[in-house]
Amino acid sequence: MTTVNPSSANSESAAHQTSNVQSKMTLIKNRQWLIDNSMPLSYVVLFAVLSFTVENFFSSTNIIGLMLSVAQIGMVACTMMLCLASRDFDLSIGSTIAFSGVLGAIILEHTQSITLAVGGGLLAGALIGAGNGVLIAYLRVNALIATLATMLMVRGLAFIVSNGQAVGIADEGFISFGDTRWFGLPLPILVTAACFLVFGVLLNHTVFGRNTLAIGGNPEAARLAGVQVERLRVWIFLLQGLVTALAGLILASRITSGQPNSAQGFELDVISACVLGGVSLQGGKAKIFGVLIGVLIMGTVENVMNLMDVDAFYQYLMRGSILLVAVLLDQLKNRGNRH
Amino acid sequence: MSALASTSAPTALQFDQVSKQFGAVKALNGVSFTAHAGTVHGLLGENGAGKSTLLKILGGQYRPDGGRLLVHGQVCHFNSASDAIKTGIAVIHQELQYVPELTVTENILMGRLPTQFGIVNRKQARQMVADKLSDMGVTLNPDARLIELSIAQRQMVEICKAVMQEAQIIAFDEPTSSLSHVESEILFRLVRELRAAGRTIIYISHRLEELYALCDTCTIFRDGRKIVTHPVMAEVSRDTLIRDMVGRELSDIYDYRARTIGEQRLNVVGLHNASSAPTNFSVRQGEIVGFFGLVGAGRTELMRLLYGADKRTAGVVEIDGCVVDSSGPSAAIDAGIVLCPEDRKEQGILAQASISENINISCRRHDLLAGLFLRHKKEAELADSFIERLRIKTPNRDQEIRLLSGGNQQKVILARWLAEPGMKVLILDEPTRGIDVGAKNEIYRIIHEVAERGCSVIVVSSELPEVLGISDRVIVMRDGAISGELDRSSATETAVLDLALQN
Repeated sequence: MTTVNPSSANSESAAHQTSNVQSKMTLIKNRQWLIDNSMPLSYVVLFAVLSFTVENFFSSTNIIGLMLSVAQIGMVACTMMLCLASRDFDLSIGSTIAFSGVLGAIILEHTQSITLAVGGGLLAGALIGAGNGVLIAYLRVNALIATLATMLMVRGLAFIVSNGQAVGIADEGFISFGDTRWFGLPLPILVTAACFLVFGVLLNHTVFGRNTLAIGGNPEAARLAGVQVERLRVWIFLLQGLVTALAGLILASRITSGQPNSAQGFELDVISACVLGGVSLQGGKAKIFGVLIGVLIMGTVENVMNLMDVDAFYQYLMRGSILLVAVLLDQLKNRGNRH
Repeated sequence: MSALASTSAPTALQFDQVSKQFGAVKALNGVSFTAHAGTVHGLLGENGAGKSTLLKILGGQYRPDGGRLLVHGQVCHFNSASDAIKTGIAVIHQELQYVPELTVTENILMGRLPTQFGIVNRKQARQMVADKLSDMGVTLNPDARLIELSIAQRQMVEICKAVMQEAQIIAFDEPTSSLSHVESEILFRLVRELRAAGRTIIYISHRLEELYALCDTCTIFRDGRKIVTHPVMAEVSRDTLIRDMVGRELSDIYDYRARTIGEQRLNVVGLHNASSAPTNFSVRQGEIVGFFGLVGAGRTELMRLLYGADKRTAGVVEIDGCVVDSSGPSAAIDAGIVLCPEDRKEQGILAQASISENINISCRRHDLLAGLFLRHKKEAELADSFIERLRIKTPNRDQEIRLLSGGNQQKVILARWLAEPGMKVLILDEPTRGIDVGAKNEIYRIIHEVAERGCSVIVVSSELPEVLGISDRVIVMRDGAISGELDRSSATETAVLDLALQN
């Protein structure tokens, strides 16, 4: 960059100049790092502020409660991340949660077998997911419309199969899942953590994840590069159906019943968490750590509003506003790159 | 085209120490030059030299990080493209900017449709456009939707739009890349008329013949800096231009070397779909076959049928005697056929991904861990090796591809295909479109290397000198069918054009 001059006076200023340039570059690098990681950093700051200002926030009971409240959203956000990354949409997950819970409860009632109940629920989820996938990938129905339709149909099935009423669960073994703790944490939280781990690895380190981002970034380019686009889409929806069904069964265990009208609006929470986490709705871009932060942000906001006794109606306002602010900040960040 | 006129004419446009940075990449570094009214000012330079960035600043899409832009002596600050348009500037970009679902009329008059009390006067709009098109000598249906038109026709729409905007300063970025011979002539006539009317034309092209034919002066860029302005185009030699652009001497850009050509490798029999005739041809091991034809001759369509990208009505493709499954691109790749598509924006680039991710997209990569897991280190090495081999201008392999210049993006897509293991037939569709002289030479060198290793290469190109320069054999297409084949010794410009243009 600067040439070193043999004269001592000049070499001093030359060294000074070099160190100036170097410190400027580190400043630019630091600034870029701050911008790229603004969401997780904001969360850390938020968490710290809340710990000091809100009573009872920073206690193990509360934090665990916070995590439990978004455990189901977290699980499904992992697969929704893949779905959005591949430029698709899924509105049917709420209905699938309800249906798998109801189906599991009914099978349990009739067979007393947890294995059959869980197996049946998971199979149902996988079939719903595969159905979505085939509709969207092979029959080329728009993803929004297709999953809107399956959302209604599956919800209907849940009501039909349960006769419109909650199906109680008496099996101790099944119910205890929500209360069992390993390493001090309830199992549902550990399952969600496992989901993040598995899908994080899937996204970043496997061909499957790479291909998912490719078909979202440019489906035609991916196809010409030899990616089996249709098959991959079906698999993504199938996985989503499976994980959603698992979430539904866990939920049923926690509320000790299969409720046909549970998880209404669940899909919007999950999609919000993903968008907060930086997943682009246009496809091709997703970060698992971002999704984790998105889920935590949503959980934290809800938790704090509960702690502060905020009216339930205002909570809707809050959640919507936070989503909007996050997306706007993201836009500003990207616009900075162009101008 | 007089030298005196260009220097005594009023200064229309001036760039004064303009700089622009993207992340760590300095796209423009203190660029200054002046363009005068009533002249055509050519801009030349390698990919990544900064020409497209300059145009985007001119058009108001980017704001410069440093320096000033002066139009007719006034300093201008554009906050948006419409600011630039209001100042009388029209830019026709390399990446066309149109709305596919709207008609020719609506695209041309976008933002300026004639209205009465807020309601669009369709008849008047259509008439205005129809009149202007016939003035320009362009045959286009004003009611056609752009999605129905070919790339070449869409480009004509863009040009018409700029002309109708009464812009005083018009900039063209590689305008003839998709135009046929006839359409290019129309463009040249338009440019000359605009110059005669006193407008200022900025013209970017890699085709030196065009620059000599149209430009009064030219400015050469390299690595984001202005190298030199040659005030009189006619007095500069080709060699000087190339040397200024590339920074080194380039004798023969095509570097053709004969090599041993083996047995027949690819055999195509009776391949066609609803809009083409059954086609037969073959390519041997180590052979380079150039497919020439005018825009619309059906070459890209034929290659897509071969590759399985489009459904065929009938036809058999054989590699080394074995029939290739026609179910789709992945079957073709399995058989060793690889296609680098024509349209890098729509069919090539993963815009949000990095260079490394774009190169490593094809997951037929066989060096996977346990058949499932990616080997990041190997991918990084692969990406780095291609960045070096193809001289892709980027600070590192993780740079987002959308921040690269058009030509460098093309190199990345090429790298994707060159990295394909087990490649037996390499099909390149317009591989050097939008790529400068220095980079073209690198690509030809690679094509030769690939052929020397025994791979069959098919190059679809609309650039006659290129086809003649690198092919062992030239196949000419016209109206969806092969009109003739010529081997290297008998392939002359006249012979090839005859086959392409007959009747």
